[in-house]
Amino acid sequence: MGTFDTFLQQVFNGLVLGSLYALIALGYTMVYGIVNLINFAHGDVLMVGALTAYTAISAAQAHWPALPGWGLLLVGMGAAIPTCVLVSLVIERVAYRPLRNAPRLAPLITAIGVSILLQTLAMIIWGRNHLTYPQLLPPDPISVGPAIVTWTKIAVVVLSALIMGGLLLLVQRTSLGRAMRATAENPRVAALMGVNPDRVIASTFAIGAALAAVAGVMTAAVYSVAHFYMGFIPGLKAFTAAVLGGIGNIPGAMVGGIVLGLIEALGAGYIDQLSGGIFGSNYQDVFAFIVLCAVLILRPSGLLGERVADRS
Amino acid sequence: MKFAGIRLGSPLGIALLALALIFLPTVAGLLGAAWVRALAFAALYVMLALGLNIVVGFAGLLDLGFIAFYAVGAYTFALLASPHLTDNFPALAHAFPGGLHVPIWAAIPLGAGLAAGFGVLLGAPVLKLRGDYLAIVTLGFGEIIRIFLNNLNFPANLTNGPQGIALIDPVRLGPLNLAHPLDVFGWVIPQVQLYYYLFALLAVLSAIACLRLQDSRIGRAWMAIREDETAAKAMGVHVRNVKLLAFALGATFGGISGCLFAAFQGFVSPESFSLMESIIVLSMIVLGGLGHVPGVILGAILLSLFPEFLRHAAGPLQDRIFGRAVIDVEVLRMLLYGLALLAVMLLRPRGLWPAPQHGATVTPARGVAR
Repeated sequence: MGTFDTFLQQVFNGLVLGSLYALIALGYTMVYGIVNLINFAHGDVLMVGALTAYTAISAAQAHWPALPGWGLLLVGMGAAIPTCVLVSLVIERVAYRPLRNAPRLAPLITAIGVSILLQTLAMIIWGRNHLTYPQLLPPDPISVGPAIVTWTKIAVVVLSALIMGGLLLLVQRTSLGRAMRATAENPRVAALMGVNPDRVIASTFAIGAALAAVAGVMTAAVYSVAHFYMGFIPGLKAFTAAVLGGIGNIPGAMVGGIVLGLIEALGAGYIDQLSGGIFGSNYQDVFAFIVLCAVLILRPSGLLGERVADRS
Repeated sequence: MKFAGIRLGSPLGIALLALALIFLPTVAGLLGAAWVRALAFAALYVMLALGLNIVVGFAGLLDLGFIAFYAVGAYTFALLASPHLTDNFPALAHAFPGGLHVPIWAAIPLGAGLAAGFGVLLGAPVLKLRGDYLAIVTLGFGEIIRIFLNNLNFPANLTNGPQGIALIDPVRLGPLNLAHPLDVFGWVIPQVQLYYYLFALLAVLSAIACLRLQDSRIGRAWMAIREDETAAKAMGVHVRNVKLLAFALGATFGGISGCLFAAFQGFVSPESFSLMESIIVLSMIVLGGLGHVPGVILGAILLSLFPEFLRHAAGPLQDRIFGRAVIDVEVLRMLLYGLALLAVMLLRPRGLWPAPQHGATVTPARGVAR
């Protein structure tokens, strides 16, 4: 395999990773744009989605053994999306809404509480062990030019692109989207214009949760594994992606996710050569953090963000 | 502070407190040796919680990677007082034929300084930004430290990776070796109890230091920043430096506790420094009362002794109700911690033993102006 082929392969891996980050980052960024809150439990919503889908897929496999892989995937998503939306709405109602006017620290702490709660509940329901995710789409490698890909990875990229396109349409063209943008701009004025802020905020959480559910199922399908802790690292990285793109900015989250995915894949692919074998790909998780720090120091408003970071 | 008419600061109050602290482990020992160990850990957690309280409670900066500083302290002592380095680096073994045995009193300032250095390094770029960013960056930092501890066994075996470092020296203070029971005129004090005394003493000193800090110029500056950063700046507080100081001081507490932890356990591994640990310490100060030293101490003691209660209560209780252990004690503990964070913030946001509120009547509704 030539050097350029390796490069293309890593770019494709980066796209897969980046699409997943972008889907999760959208949840962070939309919520942040409207209520100025980092939803720490977002990563765990993703985990709930993946594990719910696991149960649904296992049940479907037992009942209808003839169901093809993509059918199972649909069943999984069909179970995960409503569950995640419900979980997220409950979280918003119980942990965030009562604290909307409280000091900044309060919702952050309840968010951590919710995150722990979701993880332990998942541990009780699904156990501590890593669950092997069923192979849904045919696992045979396909050669696209020099890069070797799988159907699952192609599905991730295509599905994310479709969803993100749909989301942009929703935000730009529908009345809900207009209400969301207005609330993000100024909640009090939006309320005076007849927008119900509670409903807009709840819808935002619901949309974010649905995206997280899709991302959760796809993450588990790509790595063929799911467990109660799987939401933490993707959550952290997706937040980095949101900051990278400019938090509160929806296209920013998409761009940030893809860029972060590329940085990670290329970084992990080449760090071995660059550092002369001292650092290996087990340092992959460090890149996101370095990117986060660098963005915060050099350009806190992110790649696409116009809003200067609020200093209060 | 007053209890039953006795002021805690009076000579009588101090004497009673000292007596209580001295005889507590003897009483706890009657219940089982595990309780004495739990008490020693409680004292250690009091120190950690007091450190985190400086950052979160006084200065209002949410630090989610606090345990990383604890790890820095623990690994500092582990490396300086165990055969690990001399085993892996022949040059060092040559330089120290008797092995590396840095005494704890020399390692503590080093560990504390290193932790503070990391604190400043981490805080400097993000402290001028919004608090939420700090929370995420510290969260990430906590994970990064763990990744490095896990992987720095290659190319040079510095941390021994996931296996951790064993055979760490115990605390030795002059002729006193805390790894052996001490015989005081026929009264034999077991090792764990000796560690408890050391930790309790340091915890009391930390509490005094925190109380003094709170009333000092710096402490008032921290609280001013916490309440309103813009107003504090207008009053002449150098916001960034004062925040950095809070961060560094909190990290120092973490570093010191880390050194002691390594000496007490005799073994450190990256597993002890997970995000969960950071969250446990955070739960302690939130439960006790953010920014209120007695409350924080109460929270730390309650939550660090809580697993011991749970071990004795939850297993038998589940057996009686369900006929088997349905939920693992460790899992149950995390579940209750999560619930506690949520419930305290919603129902009693200022903690079980909140700080007295000064000027509460003039506080306007918050979060109205954007």
